[in-house]
Amino acid sequence: MSRIRKNPAGVDPELLVKDAAKLMPEPTRRLFLRGGASLGALAFLTGCDIVDSASAEHVLMKISYFNDRAQAWLFNPNKLAPTYPDSAVRRPFPFNAYYPEEDAPEVDKDDYKLEVGGLVDNKKSWTLDELYALPQETQITRLVCVEGWSAIGKWTGTPLREFLRRVGADTRAKYVWFRCAEGYSTSIDMPTALHPQTQMTFKFDGEILPRKYGFPMKVRMPTKLGFKNPKYVMEMAVTDKYLGGYWEDQGYNWFSGI
Amino acid sequence: MSIGATHEQALTPAAPTGAVIHPLWVRVTHWVNAVAMVIMIGSGWQIYNASPLFAFLFPPEITLGGWLAGALLWHFAAMWLLAVNGLVYLVLGIATGRFRRKLVPIRPSEVLADTKAAFTGRLVYDDLSVYNAVQKLLYLGVILAGIVIVLSGLAIWKPVQLQELTAVFGGYDAARYVHFFAMAAIVGFFVLHVVMALLVPKSLRAMIIGR
Repeated sequence: MSRIRKNPAGVDPELLVKDAAKLMPEPTRRLFLRGGASLGALAFLTGCDIVDSASAEHVLMKISYFNDRAQAWLFNPNKLAPTYPDSAVRRPFPFNAYYPEEDAPEVDKDDYKLEVGGLVDNKKSWTLDELYALPQETQITRLVCVEGWSAIGKWTGTPLREFLRRVGADTRAKYVWFRCAEGYSTSIDMPTALHPQTQMTFKFDGEILPRKYGFPMKVRMPTKLGFKNPKYVMEMAVTDKYLGGYWEDQGYNWFSGI
Repeated sequence: MSIGATHEQALTPAAPTGAVIHPLWVRVTHWVNAVAMVIMIGSGWQIYNASPLFAFLFPPEITLGGWLAGALLWHFAAMWLLAVNGLVYLVLGIATGRFRRKLVPIRPSEVLADTKAAFTGRLVYDDLSVYNAVQKLLYLGVILAGIVIVLSGLAIWKPVQLQELTAVFGGYDAARYVHFFAMAAIVGFFVLHVVMALLVPKSLRAMIIGR
């Protein structure tokens, strides 16, 4: 998943779409699955090619939506992710994205303003100094990547629920959506947004969040897979509309709780 | 022949031709499990390739899903089939007494004798309704591997919500290894099982039509 590519800080949306397309499996960009050889095992078993790629994908996506609901049901809003001692922190912590580290967005700290929108009372934007003035907590938790590896990190910042309270968010809304500097986006369910360990993160391992880990702000949630933890967050919106996300729109399970 | 085996045969009607060896529920759950396992293993190999535990990858041609997202869709769809079917099988296996009748007791001396007989080509399968000691050991072993693979899979899938289970396996990273080795055990069983079914075709017939 760390195959590609190229996102200059002055993001050109057209270029970005092209880049995203390159990440899709080559022969069938619109399909998440590949037919033929990849279904060899099934064909071998049944002696015929029973699965047509498009309809298989349709059924699999239906089951993935069912799995969203199953995971929402399993999610316990009061259950905390295990925490670890400082000595367990992985140093250096792995960089992971769909582009190489040198292409990570560079966000100017003086120009930065976190935009807040959707179902909130106060839509004013927040400067970094204003964000840094919020109460902060530190967590040492395990990041689990969708690829299977995991690493323990130390993140410091403001509980998202505290921020949502301050901006007067309608917490009966279904989702919180995040837009990031490089064009990445993701969205999460409200119970996860209100989980005590879901954090607007400003520091990693005691230092101001470096560029590679998402300067100036990432959102850390130890109850979801790594790709649901957006970096370089520029905008957040509380919404009832399902907006998916960068990887979710390509077939990764939306809820992706752990 | 040991007393145990004689005793067991006495309890099992001496299957004359035409008697049902595998009741319908065994046959249905067997084949549903076969399909679920092939999907789980094929997609699991693709998922493994995204972050391999060892210095090898599975050849993409024998994996399912095309890429990580596709493999995960298959894996988390077929898991329901595997788990529900497996649960039905375990409940009926215990409730009907089939496990007790067919799979136990397993005596080490019999396992040794039957293993030796198997390798010298003297192990006979005249009565399909009675399992030899090696069969009992392997069938019980693969049932246990199936239980371990489902539980370790849950531990990897939900290391926060089911963190107590994950802890039983020694944590998230250790659970991945347990999951892998349970897969390896099942694949090993699968290879042997298919070879034996082909060598003793009437056993395959019995698993399809019951007799």
